[in-house]
Amino acid sequence: MDRIPILRMGETLLVTIQVDMQDQTALTLQDDLAGQIAKTGASGVMIDISALEIVDSFVGRMLTSISGIARILSATTVVVGMQPAVAITLVELGLSLEGVRTALNVERGMELLQRARGESSLGH
Amino acid sequence: MKNDYAALLGALREEDEPIVDEWMAELPATDVGTRRANQAEASELLRKLRESLQAGADPQGFESAADWASVRDLLADLSRSRAAQGQSAGATSVFVLALKKPLFASLQRRLGAQPEALGPALWSLSTLVDKLAQHTVSIFQQVREDIIRRQQEELLELSTPVVKLWEGVLAVPMIGVLDSSRTQMVMEALLTRIVETGSELAIIDITGVPTVDTLVAQHLLKTVTAIRLMGADCIISGIRPQIAQTIVHLGIDLQGVSTKATLADALSLALQKTGWRITRDK
Repeated sequence: MDRIPILRMGETLLVTIQVDMQDQTALTLQDDLAGQIAKTGASGVMIDISALEIVDSFVGRMLTSISGIARILSATTVVVGMQPAVAITLVELGLSLEGVRTALNVERGMELLQRARGESSLGH
Repeated sequence: MKNDYAALLGALREEDEPIVDEWMAELPATDVGTRRANQAEASELLRKLRESLQAGADPQGFESAADWASVRDLLADLSRSRAAQGQSAGATSVFVLALKKPLFASLQRRLGAQPEALGPALWSLSTLVDKLAQHTVSIFQQVREDIIRRQQEELLELSTPVVKLWEGVLAVPMIGVLDSSRTQMVMEALLTRIVETGSELAIIDITGVPTVDTLVAQHLLKTVTAIRLMGADCIISGIRPQIAQTIVHLGIDLQGVSTKATLADALSLALQKTGWRITRDK
């Protein structure tokens, strides 16, 4: 079964989804990420879905729940590189991914995470 | 049945010029150019009609039989040119139906002495001319529908330009009533351009949208959500006072979408958000 690798870059965990998501893959990813965030104390999670061309409501819900899990573990999640067709599909499915941050590409996503980190360190 | 058309065929063969003249006299008065064009079409139609009848074509199968093809094509051309000129369907069918009177008169002259043959002959003629007229009108309608469909497509393409206003700022001026197919097109065009240009901000200008109801608002919100999912932000501009009132009366929640009255205001907000500052030299 496909397992999606989680890369660590400093305080950020990077996930690049390059295969079509099966429900089981999504659940495994969710488990792995929760474990990794807790283990590494990462402050940011970046999910790159630029290679993803097909989504269903399950994947949409997975993105929302990963974001929720990460927030509880005090990490910010940003989803980057969504394709127009994917965005339209999600909207038609009625999923607006409430609470999930988005960015156009990895670079912008990194900036966003950096800013979020700055804000949260001010808060302490 | 064949005999019913024998007299008609004779009339077409021997009296075609007077028939055309009488036919033209039946039509409402027009200018010289139109009259001449009508006359040419009329003689052509009579000739084709004669050829088809001579070849033994059966009027029963007028709509589909191969031996009527030339008459059908001629009528199709005739309605097509009239539809393009903007004439009404009524005027087009009147042109064909006006053929009845001269032909009736001619049959009467030929068969006046034998009333038992005149009846069926007139009936067959009447049916044939009706079929001609019916075909003309249905082609006319088809042509009109084609024109309308083409215009709709042109309108759809016309109405979705995505323009780049500034580095990282795109704008879509929406014009006309927003329905789901329009919204879909705008959404696709805009999202694709966002990816291409890497723009962070999109301004949707609804100055040209005549009314906003709950459905239009829902379409707008869908577009905004899709833009946000992509990781860009969206400003809606061009909200006229009446539309602002309608939105509030309808209880539409614009869910924290930035809205501005004019495109200029939206652009200055966009520049502010992207960190630009403009100064003017005195």
